[in-house]
Amino acid sequence: MFKTNTLRTAVAASLATLTLSTPVLASDEPVKVGIMLPFSGVYAALGDATRNGLKMALQEKSSELHGRKIEFIEIDTEARPERAPEIASSLLDRSKADFIIGPVHSGVAMGMLKVLRGKDTVMIVPNAGAGPVTGPLCAPNVFRTSFSSWQPSYPMGKVALDKGYKNVVTMSWNYGMGRESLDAFEESFTAGGGKIVKQMLVPFPQTEFQSYLSEIASLKPDAVFVFFAGGGAVKFVKDYDALGLKGKIPLLGSGFLTEGTIEAQGAAAEGVMTTLHYADTLDNELNNRFRTSYKEQFGKPSDLYAVQGYDTGLLIANALNQLKGDISDRDALINTMANTTINSPRGDFTFSKAHNPVQNIYLRTVENGENKVIEIASPMLEDPARGCKL
Amino acid sequence: MTTSLFFVQLINGLQYGLLLFLIASGLTLVFGVMGILNLAHGSMFMVGAYLAWYFFEHTGSFGISALISAAIALLIGIAMERGLIRHLYRRNHLDQVLLTIGMIFVFNALQSLLWGNDPLGVPVPQALSGAIPLNDVLEYPIYRIFVALLCIAIAFVMYYMINKTRLGMLIRAGESNREMVECLGIDIRRLYTIVFAIGVMLAAIAGVASAPMSSIMPGMGEHVLITCFVVVVIGGMGSIKGAFVAALLVGLVDTFSSVLVPQISSMMIYILMAFILLIKPQGLFSS
Repeated sequence: MFKTNTLRTAVAASLATLTLSTPVLASDEPVKVGIMLPFSGVYAALGDATRNGLKMALQEKSSELHGRKIEFIEIDTEARPERAPEIASSLLDRSKADFIIGPVHSGVAMGMLKVLRGKDTVMIVPNAGAGPVTGPLCAPNVFRTSFSSWQPSYPMGKVALDKGYKNVVTMSWNYGMGRESLDAFEESFTAGGGKIVKQMLVPFPQTEFQSYLSEIASLKPDAVFVFFAGGGAVKFVKDYDALGLKGKIPLLGSGFLTEGTIEAQGAAAEGVMTTLHYADTLDNELNNRFRTSYKEQFGKPSDLYAVQGYDTGLLIANALNQLKGDISDRDALINTMANTTINSPRGDFTFSKAHNPVQNIYLRTVENGENKVIEIASPMLEDPARGCKL
Repeated sequence: MTTSLFFVQLINGLQYGLLLFLIASGLTLVFGVMGILNLAHGSMFMVGAYLAWYFFEHTGSFGISALISAAIALLIGIAMERGLIRHLYRRNHLDQVLLTIGMIFVFNALQSLLWGNDPLGVPVPQALSGAIPLNDVLEYPIYRIFVALLCIAIAFVMYYMINKTRLGMLIRAGESNREMVECLGIDIRRLYTIVFAIGVMLAAIAGVASAPMSSIMPGMGEHVLITCFVVVVIGGMGSIKGAFVAALLVGLVDTFSSVLVPQISSMMIYILMAFILLIKPQGLFSS
């Protein structure tokens, strides 16, 4: 809390000096950025990292905002979908926010969309991967700086085929993100001649995997593809190893399997192969600088969620810069945002017609407790945005 | 299902059931003896797991960490009974529920403040890290067999303690007639403190034992609590023997239903509970 306050003061101070030295001002009104992230509950760590990244980007770019100050209005969603419409309405009507950033959780995203679609504010999703956000429910004023659930999993189908795997068991929790991930994998895998031996859906958020793994062992597939995240991912990878499947049946997954969980998984995660739009170990100048600077400012290592927050900040900063600080014309704002290129630590990305990132998806494998990048599994991959009429 | 897969799943179900018994036994013991409904029981499971992680990080030995964690849990149990629970013996169950739900929030907040919200893990202790091959693909980790045996051992110790020792005699006496025990010059308040602390420690031991085979994360206590209550209700509130049988039953039903009827596996244990309560409204072994 103390750190973010310091940061806020720093942003304000640097902007204040800028204001004094710039004679022509676009507007004295601050740009209002509403933040709807979980700061308590299971996703609290994700919310924190996203907020840190967002503020860090806006501070770094403070000299390019044409004198506009940024005012943050932060509300804790607690990752509770039922609260989302109410909070979004209050940011929209009472606070008159120019931008609303959020959320982490896909259920909350649906609640926010219900209120914000087509409104006079720009909603930027820094994490939630639910397909409909940039699919059937896409809207001009809705952007996403993270990924669609389809994106990280689709390239793995081809990777599996290249490795010579023909029969694969897929497994996930029985909820939106899980099912969408398995479907995306299946789409590219079966198109190339692969066969899904069995799809296993575990009730969310159950973590008793032993009976499922015993069945996988009896099915003897060439490989297993899974989507799990957080605590469930830790338990799954540990069980997979403990029951002796690791080393006999290769484990593939959407990158979230080993994101923020790798330390807790320990040796059990070694060799697990995943696809994702980022890896901490990406060796480019921007990423190295980002990681060093994040660690200095916040005293802990950055992660995927910090990067996504950072890129959200860059998107706002880019738009303000290109429009010379004047965002009163919302059509011009949306147009500028849609056509910008974000120089992200994950590599440059642009936006699709549905306002979802067109980005590299990396193939990674766990080596010595790190997600090591092997190659780009799919360069500049665009979500098909099925059902979007933009 | 082939015969070999059937036996593997049977072992899975029994092992899960034994762990459930270990967690549920403390809950049913406390309810049986003291008539206290402790909703914070799941939180103690969580605390046990987090303590195991914390002391493992600092001592590097899982055995030492387990002993320290169990001792701390015992102290927490004594403090909880002396400071809070004691004042509610003469109140109704609703007041107890209110207090213990409040304790869930307190423990969750403490967990978040002290240890953060990232999932954590503890490696399996070196001495128990091997595995026994079951077939060409599947192995059974020795640590899980060890935990199953530990659960059986604790069940025996509890049985022996309650039926053959003086403490057990007092517990049974206190259960049937509190006033009479007091008239005989026994300090029932001390007895209650001991029983409650043991109940808390059992939950924590279950948490410690599960730490190396699960992920240590926020909210792990609440999930376990619900399953625990199913076990206790099926077995008959307050019956240790009932909890043992019910835990194995729930473990087996949960395991086999997730393989045979995956679509409805998440409700199977509740269907089982409803079915048993229809026939025996007080549970299988209610006193």
